[in-house]
Amino acid sequence: MATAAELAYVQREEEPILPAPRSEIGAFAWFRQNLFSSVGNSIVTIIAILFLAWVIPPIVRWAFVDAVWTGPDREVCLPEGVGACWAYVNAKFAQFIYGRYPIDERWRVNLTGILFVAGIVPMAIPSIPFKRLNAIFLLGVFPVAAVVLLTGGHFDISFDWLFGLLVVAALLSGLVVAMTTDVRERGLAGIVTLLAIAAAVVAFAYGDGRDTVGYFAGDVGRGGLVNARLVILVAGSAALIAGLVAILRTPGEPGAGRVGALWIGAGVLELVFFALTIDFGLRPVETQLWGGLLVTLVVAIIGMVTSLPLGILLALGRRSKMPVVRFLSVVFIEFWRGVPLITVLFMASVMLPVFLPPGVTFDKLLRALIGVALFTSAYIAEVVRGGLQAIPRGQYEAAAAMGLKFGPMMRLVVLPQALKIVIPGIVNSFISLFKDTSLVLIVGILDLLGTVQQGFNDANWTSSKTPATGYVFAAVVFWMFCFGMSRYSIYTENRLNTGHRRR
Amino acid sequence: MAADGVAIGTGTGRAPRGSILNDPLFRSIIIQLLLAAALIAFVWWIAHNTIVNLRRLNIASGFDFLWERSGFDIGQTLIRYTQDSTYGRALLVGFLNTLLIAVLGIVFATIIGLILGIARLSRNWLVAKLATVYVEVIRNIPVLLQLLFWYKAVLSVLPNPKQGFILQGDVDPLSPFRWLLDKVGVTTGPSPLTFHMPTVALNNRGLLLPVPVPGPDFTATWIALGLAVIATAAIALWAHTRQRRTGAQFPTFRTGLALIVLVPLAIFLLTGSPLTFDAPVLKGFNFVGGVAIKPEFMALLLGLTLYTAAYIGEIVRAGILAVPWGQTEAAYALGLRRGVALRRVIIPQALRVIIPPLTSQYLNLTKNSSLAVAVGYPDLVSVFSGTTLNQTGQAVEIIFMTMLVYLAISLTTSLAMNIFNRRVALRER
Repeated sequence: MATAAELAYVQREEEPILPAPRSEIGAFAWFRQNLFSSVGNSIVTIIAILFLAWVIPPIVRWAFVDAVWTGPDREVCLPEGVGACWAYVNAKFAQFIYGRYPIDERWRVNLTGILFVAGIVPMAIPSIPFKRLNAIFLLGVFPVAAVVLLTGGHFDISFDWLFGLLVVAALLSGLVVAMTTDVRERGLAGIVTLLAIAAAVVAFAYGDGRDTVGYFAGDVGRGGLVNARLVILVAGSAALIAGLVAILRTPGEPGAGRVGALWIGAGVLELVFFALTIDFGLRPVETQLWGGLLVTLVVAIIGMVTSLPLGILLALGRRSKMPVVRFLSVVFIEFWRGVPLITVLFMASVMLPVFLPPGVTFDKLLRALIGVALFTSAYIAEVVRGGLQAIPRGQYEAAAAMGLKFGPMMRLVVLPQALKIVIPGIVNSFISLFKDTSLVLIVGILDLLGTVQQGFNDANWTSSKTPATGYVFAAVVFWMFCFGMSRYSIYTENRLNTGHRRR
Repeated sequence: MAADGVAIGTGTGRAPRGSILNDPLFRSIIIQLLLAAALIAFVWWIAHNTIVNLRRLNIASGFDFLWERSGFDIGQTLIRYTQDSTYGRALLVGFLNTLLIAVLGIVFATIIGLILGIARLSRNWLVAKLATVYVEVIRNIPVLLQLLFWYKAVLSVLPNPKQGFILQGDVDPLSPFRWLLDKVGVTTGPSPLTFHMPTVALNNRGLLLPVPVPGPDFTATWIALGLAVIATAAIALWAHTRQRRTGAQFPTFRTGLALIVLVPLAIFLLTGSPLTFDAPVLKGFNFVGGVAIKPEFMALLLGLTLYTAAYIGEIVRAGILAVPWGQTEAAYALGLRRGVALRRVIIPQALRVIIPPLTSQYLNLTKNSSLAVAVGYPDLVSVFSGTTLNQTGQAVEIIFMTMLVYLAISLTTSLAMNIFNRRVALRER
């Protein structure tokens, strides 16, 4: 008689793993699951395929098959049945990049571009070291070089400017007085403050009514220019040396670092101004001649660089406990956010001249830049405020418990966390800014879109196909920049997403 | 910490000796005073410069110009306006045109955006990818470029009225099924549902549409519609109270829809279809009759709608994704059907996430409508900050007034949103 053990079937080794059913793997299964999972889904898929079959061939035919790639003028694009007139883009390409920038000076634009790429690419790739030096190059050296290269440098420093600089110097040394605890340093800084104020008064009195001294004003002559430059050079060097001495002489002493940094900052600022007055022998190129992608990038990059710190300050102001500061920040932010950029640009081009003292004129591009920067800073401020609000109260309290004052608390604890959270929002604002730069064409500044559009009026290239071609070209350029930024933002977001990731 | 640091708990009651500069209260008062003083000085400086400049340039100031004769024409007006109207009336015309484009744009953008958002979440790979491509392409191209593209590259190069696209003639809704009807042998020839399609034309003068002209007997249809709406409201009230009392449900939505559509339609057909169309007719080189939607308006509407729809699509998608899957499961576990679960559980929660960014998109659309100036649509900025400013030269007043109008729109919307938000916000216990 068989025992139970003999009768029962016991699996003694593992069954081989069977392959998945044919219906669940391979292309067929993918099609079934993703495109034809149900009757409704199948109908939708077929409609979508029909739609694509309807849309794609004409686009391909227009852009590639029937397109005209080269040609001397519009004659090649006039025949019936011709698609995109790429010959137009081909002929005007240099203009789309540089605008009316003089042809034999375009190497300056190229050099600026190369410097920018050389600064931004290693900055953007996390694994490349020397980030601090890189940042100094990108935010300190590059802007000065770019201004000199693009405009030609050799700026006139008028007594009004000198007055402004001296006021800044007075404020900075006043701050030193307020911050330092060292008696000698306080005394020294106090003397500097008084001297700066006195010099400012003299500059103000002497420079009253004179808008430019030197270069363009014959009667005052170059003497004024040289003197102003000399004052700046001496003051800047002195401030730089004083700052270095303050840091080196008293290592570890509380406050010395800050005081030194202030001095160095003032020195660098003045030396930058000095650098701008040097004649490098470059031909001046007025901003009216700038155009194309150059203007688009100038407006976008300067807008980004200036609006971010301003936006952070506004966000901190809006969360401040001081009612006056908070109220002003709220009014500022809500005002800029409540009006369209067009009206801001109109204001910059029509109203700003009315607001300034008679005779003082601003560069048109600079006016638009100010408008764009203020406008964007309000949006950045709201994004950053969102990040600040997301930081738990405990972080503030912990920072305060560590004995950190407001500045270090923000710089070391709160802002790094808050800004990390809002990177996508900031990049979104930057993308909006990049797209909004095209609006400057309405106030008569020729950016990429403006230059492309201006070309339509060229009698050599007027045809019914030119506008579509030009706009598609501009759209592709804008798209590449904006899409690139959004992809980089996603990459950064993932990289900085430390510790809170769900696995 | 240093041994000679702060003595803890000595409790003399006095603050440790230190500079008054380190007193937070003192500092904050000083900072605020300085800021206020700087601001006042700045404003005074600007006001002073403005007064000097205006006097120097001999520009009048004040708002008297609003009551002066404007002397220019406006291409599209919602209210009566001629060259003899005042600048003030021109401002009103521009404002109404802005509102028109904003309202229409919002409606269309919401519809397209909703479809896009749902399409991006579709289980159908192709549909999801198509929607993604649309969103990624449209969002990364300046809206101004898109407007100009529609205006100058598409609508302006359309053929003239004679060679443009014209759609007219008899349309038989059953024609796609003709083969089936023929096979069964029910009918031959046009079906009784055939109707005459009034002319629709598209050319470089714009989109020409027929205008419906209700006949004298059309009043009956209006009355029927009114009665149907009242009846639906009554049924909804009754169904609601009955459900409260007994729990029994009633298909209010379907009944109401049937009432509101079918009853007026029946009356309309019974009274002999008293509705004619004033259709555009080609006479010579142009169309007469009907209503023309100008290319400027179409370009602006198309551009703004398609652009904003991409953003709204993303908002809708994010909103739906923000509702945890557990909510859906819980709704199904309670025995709710798919439609009810969506309507009663998922959508209300998604809306809470969707509405704030949606409002800001609506405001963006309204503000972007100021780009009308680039395509020549007479909106507020174009009429007021453009033509009026050029004629009067009163830049300060005009730009401020334009900004104030937009500010007022933005701030009232924000205010309404905040109130709404407070009502729907999650009440945490």
